[in-house]
Amino acid sequence: MKLRTLTLGLLSASALAFAAHAESITIATVNNGDMVRMQKLTDDFTKANPDIQLNWVTLEENVLRERVTTDIATKGGQYDVMTIGTYEVPIWAKQSWLLPLDKLGDDYDVKDIIPAIAGGLSVDGKLYAAPFYGESSFVMYRKDLMEKAGLKMPDAPTWDFIKQAADKMTDRANGVNGVCLRGKAGWGENMAFLTAMSNSFGARWFDENWKPQFDQPEWKNTLQFYVDLMKADGPEGASSNGFNENLALFQQGKCGMWIDATVAASFVSDPKASQVADKVGYALAPDNGLGKRGNWLWAWSLAIPAGTQKADAAEKFVSWATSKHYAELVASKEGWANVPPGTRSSLYANPEYQKAAPFAKMTLDSINAADPTHPTVKPVPYVGVQFVAIPEFQGLGTTVGQLFSAALAGQSSVDDALKQAQDAATAAMTEGGYIK
Amino acid sequence: MARAVTTQHKTIATAAAWIVALLIFFPILYTIITSFKSEQEAIQGFNLIPSGTFESYSEVQQQSGYFKFFFNSVLLSVGSTILALIVAIPAAWSMAFSPTKRTKDILMWMLSTKMMPAVAVLFPIYLIFRDSGLLDSRIGLTVMLMLINLPIVVWMLYTYFREIPGEILEAARMDGASLWNEIIYVLTPMAVPGIASTMLLNIILAWNEAFWTIRLTTTNAAPLTAFISSFSSPQGLFWAKLSAASTLAIAPILIMGWFSQKQLVRGLTFGAVK
Repeated sequence: MKLRTLTLGLLSASALAFAAHAESITIATVNNGDMVRMQKLTDDFTKANPDIQLNWVTLEENVLRERVTTDIATKGGQYDVMTIGTYEVPIWAKQSWLLPLDKLGDDYDVKDIIPAIAGGLSVDGKLYAAPFYGESSFVMYRKDLMEKAGLKMPDAPTWDFIKQAADKMTDRANGVNGVCLRGKAGWGENMAFLTAMSNSFGARWFDENWKPQFDQPEWKNTLQFYVDLMKADGPEGASSNGFNENLALFQQGKCGMWIDATVAASFVSDPKASQVADKVGYALAPDNGLGKRGNWLWAWSLAIPAGTQKADAAEKFVSWATSKHYAELVASKEGWANVPPGTRSSLYANPEYQKAAPFAKMTLDSINAADPTHPTVKPVPYVGVQFVAIPEFQGLGTTVGQLFSAALAGQSSVDDALKQAQDAATAAMTEGGYIK
Repeated sequence: MARAVTTQHKTIATAAAWIVALLIFFPILYTIITSFKSEQEAIQGFNLIPSGTFESYSEVQQQSGYFKFFFNSVLLSVGSTILALIVAIPAAWSMAFSPTKRTKDILMWMLSTKMMPAVAVLFPIYLIFRDSGLLDSRIGLTVMLMLINLPIVVWMLYTYFREIPGEILEAARMDGASLWNEIIYVLTPMAVPGIASTMLLNIILAWNEAFWTIRLTTTNAAPLTAFISSFSSPQGLFWAKLSAASTLAIAPILIMGWFSQKQLVRGLTFGAVK
């Protein structure tokens, strides 16, 4: 009896000691296929690190952004790892809200991260977030419809070609729209597309002195081209279409072309979800011969807030989730096509990956064609391809997005929308102290 | 003749009521239907007949674990309601039976707190919660939900209490009842329908509260609103899973509402004919 009591006592004491030792880290993340897959595979991490427990908080993108911003600005310390994008990283790193990632481990191979992506996540040469998956945007098109139209999509099309092809492919009687583009208002919705598009038209948000540029002819050309193209060849109600709506249209065979995130390639080519899976071709985002293409750059990345008490455990996790080893783990369990794309050069050099993902080369070329530090034809004072990495951009971008969405819906003219955008931008920049 | 008209009117009224009810209920019905579809079916446009797969439910359960969130929802909504009643019954009693010339102003002032958009006080509340260690705690959130619903609870109880003749309370006092005895043995039993419907409504409001419950929790205290939110995605189409999560989240409150609808309607129209 005594022995049993003693054993029990010892056991509970050691259990207590273990519990006190075990650290739990809380990870805030978004709900998408890659992130959900990672949650399923965390046994691999917890087996190697039995003293670290993982708690997941999955939220819709906008709610996540608001939650983590609140937490980090107040140093609430609710999260130890945050999923954030290339928009937040430069701003937050400058505010000293993030810890630099300098202990990712010897075999992590930081140099393997695709330079364009690493550039977007670094400030003063220090990496502040590790990319989990990266994306650019490109043209996805229906090979069969293109052939029917008697055209051949070049690897690097121009906007004029897109217009010509869209006109020929449009067959409203059979429910086929030549081109589907984002129209739903939001800085991360239509403005991501339009800002990237405007880069290829030689436009920019601000000049070197932060003066808004919506009164310049380049923006007029961009917006007029977009509105005319969508009126002639776009789907009905395009001004409320975002990524998901266009994805549904494309998968149902209702779009000849769709210019959007490279990550969509794995959805439209998935025979389980897409009716046109075997008919999709890929090309770089269009240009106008000015030296910049209309594609963006984004990376969902894992960062560690400065307020965390568990920085070491958090960094161990970040290192695991973004390592080469993780890519191999996913490949072994779910196949190479499901490995998170767009972060490491070694993945694109891997012949097995190239075989499993026919869009691999075009994705890498698209990512490499984007330069967040020099996004535009004319010089700009900001970083970011499809956004301007300043705190004011979320609000301003959405306001301008609403104006442009209204122009697409025909509620206002292109000139009026641009004039109002110029006024809104001038007001926001004056208030922010950028201009007087 | 007159009788025929009445029947006809009745039929029209019934039909109209059915149409309105169906219109209101349709989004919920379609959510339930969609939850039994595969993801591919879900995006293929309008279709009222699902293939009847339970795939989404099992995936949702696997991905998030429903019961932890469910338990938190029950605890938060019932807990905050009981807490609110404990505070609101004496408050409503004093305002209904010993009104002063400022009572109306106080009531209006209480209600005015509901007119402010919640996000306006996000930062102060967040800082208070952070400094008192209440972030992601069930106690903190229970108090928060109690506070935001308190004005409505006080208002509803106040209206019900006003319907009770003061003479009855006077009679109780004549018989030597103390203040507490008066509230507990005389007032409360008479106001049971009112209190019950206030309770039910408050449980529903607390169950559905999706601003603070998402913003002040992470994992431990997260209720079903956070559970639904984790299935909403801007990149990728997961409508069937989202619908399954929504159905699971609303089912308990829907069933509770169904069983208590008589009580709820009686309470809500209590005193309306006077």
